[in-house]
Amino acid sequence: MGQITLQQVTKKFGDVQVIPPLDLTIEDGEFTVFVGPSGCGKSTLLRLIAGLEDITSGTILIDGADATAISPAKRGLAMVFQSYALYPHMSVRKNIAFPMRMAGIDKAEQDRRIEQAATALNLTDYLDRRPGQLSGGQRQRVAIGRAIVREPAAFLFDEPLSNLDAALRVGMRLEISELHKRLETTMIYVTHDQVEAMTMADKIVVLRAGHIEQVGSPLDLYRTPRNVFVAGFIGSPKMNLIEGPEAAKHDAHTIGIRPEHIDVVESGGLWEGRVGVAEHLGSDTFFHVHDTGLAEMMTVRVAGEVNLRHGDRIHLNPRADQIHRFDDKGLRIQ
Amino acid sequence: MATKASRSAARLMMAPAVILLLGWMLVPLCMTLYFSFKKYLPLRGGDLGWVGFENYVRFFSSSAFWPSVQATLVIVGGVLVITIVFGILLAILLDQPMWGQGIVRILVIAPFFVMPTVSALVWKNMFMDPVNGLFAHLWKFFDATPIEWLSQASMTSLVIIVSWQWLPFATLILLTAIQSLDSEQLEAAEMDGAPPLSRFGYITLPHLSRAITVVVLIQTIFLLSIFAEIFVTTQGSFGTKTLTYLIYQRVLESQNVGLGSAGGIFAVILANIIAIFLMRIVGKNLDA
Ligand SMILES: Nc1ncnc2c1ncn2[C@@H]1O[C@H](COP(=O)(O)OP(=O)(O)O)[C@@H](O)[C@H]1O
Ligand SMILES: [Mg+2]
Repeated sequence: MGQITLQQVTKKFGDVQVIPPLDLTIEDGEFTVFVGPSGCGKSTLLRLIAGLEDITSGTILIDGADATAISPAKRGLAMVFQSYALYPHMSVRKNIAFPMRMAGIDKAEQDRRIEQAATALNLTDYLDRRPGQLSGGQRQRVAIGRAIVREPAAFLFDEPLSNLDAALRVGMRLEISELHKRLETTMIYVTHDQVEAMTMADKIVVLRAGHIEQVGSPLDLYRTPRNVFVAGFIGSPKMNLIEGPEAAKHDAHTIGIRPEHIDVVESGGLWEGRVGVAEHLGSDTFFHVHDTGLAEMMTVRVAGEVNLRHGDRIHLNPRADQIHRFDDKGLRIQ
Repeated sequence: MATKASRSAARLMMAPAVILLLGWMLVPLCMTLYFSFKKYLPLRGGDLGWVGFENYVRFFSSSAFWPSVQATLVIVGGVLVITIVFGILLAILLDQPMWGQGIVRILVIAPFFVMPTVSALVWKNMFMDPVNGLFAHLWKFFDATPIEWLSQASMTSLVIIVSWQWLPFATLILLTAIQSLDSEQLEAAEMDGAPPLSRFGYITLPHLSRAITVVVLIQTIFLLSIFAEIFVTTQGSFGTKTLTYLIYQRVLESQNVGLGSAGGIFAVILANIIAIFLMRIVGKNLDA
């Protein structure tokens, strides 16, 4: 079990309100990702749930029971920190055993769970090493192992992959996703990287300055962003946002069109521009298009390889049914 | 510092410092060694020639020798225990966010800036004087007979005085070490269900082991040679005659330079043995 409910939760550091009143429910077994730009309060929110920070007002329920005043250890949540926070003077085995030792679990059961976790996480050969002798990815796994053996009601991850290199990050992303499928335990995962959010989440919570901008499945957010902020934040490369007369033609203050929803045509396109930088990824090519008269720069995705060079004219045709419309407050127009 | 040229340049530049340092250490050491094999009584005939190991034999077999070694070790050990235990407690306290932190920290460091002679005098006259001292007043307030600190509890008094002087040093080193502890580790331990005392024992204390090693090493070296505190307070009586003080008495009070030098050489060897011994037990903490 691991259902977590926040009711009117706020947090102030001194006079600074980091989390304005916020309501959120995380269902049992769900993989929830908090995503937002740096400094928007994701870590703070996670630490409030963990109990490492006191909330200023509001209520936190875990499985329906009021947990607001319960100490972090008793909430039954396990946390994986960005710095891993392994105990440097203990071996990997002792690190993983630590929470069980504190809980007074008997030795045989400890060994069984360590064995199980080490096998699952590929750590069997490293159990007697110190954290300092491990690579970043291995340390990450030890931190996860230390969380798993507690058999918590929910896992909390605070940007766990941000210290890893790109290749490892993709690998660990998969491992964490698989872990979730296997354990079916609630996981809350904090990241500023929308790709991580899109690939891992059952439910994404987009935060800006402590406010929840939108909650939904990755495809919900991709298809129907509730406002301009979410539209610009979710999706890679970013959605093209156009204001002015072109938007007015659609009865909107701002219109948005994703790079993958613009077709490049030989001639007679609706829009026209000059090719700037072209990013060739092999499978796709991203063109930065200038001088369209619509926006400073627009990005267009073309499948495969296309022979257009820097400075060439390019003709574009947006798919009409994929245009998102927003009003002057930035909210979506249905 | 990788190429040959830069390495030899570095050596050249360091040479003056190294030579000065060597001279500084070697000349007195060699002279002490030289005198330790001589019968040399400046006021009673001067240099009376070589005597082999006679000075050493006399120094070791004197009835004051073993008590002085014992007194030295008691003072060093007592001060180390007190400064480290209270140093850790103070460091933890000072690490807490509080109002007026900067001033409190300066106040805690202050005793280190007081000269040993002065602090010993202050303790002797202001606190430990059996008639006018603050402790005497305190005892009288509770209708107890004041303790004559420096004669009845001479060792305890000395340990208290010296600890007071060295506590700031230990606190300062331990405080910087505590401040370098990653707070996420403590939070992880908290989430793992460790109560405060376990967090201290499992996380903070191991983290401090290196700093404690440094404090032990440096303090031992300095404490082996404390002198002013004894000179000002007990003058070596009531069992407070340390090795340093014994040597001082041999050289200056009995005017026997040869005998004192033999003691000096023994002190050097003792200090080195203790240093090696300490490095062995605690030195493991220094690498890694
Ligand atoms: N202990 C603290 N004291 C004061 N301000 C804090 C503290 N922790 C975080 N903040 C502030 O709260 C805001 C949100 O921080 P954080 O939750 O760490 O952001 P994120 O994890 O989304 O990058 C930031 O503006 C930060 O400066
Ligand atoms: Mg953060």
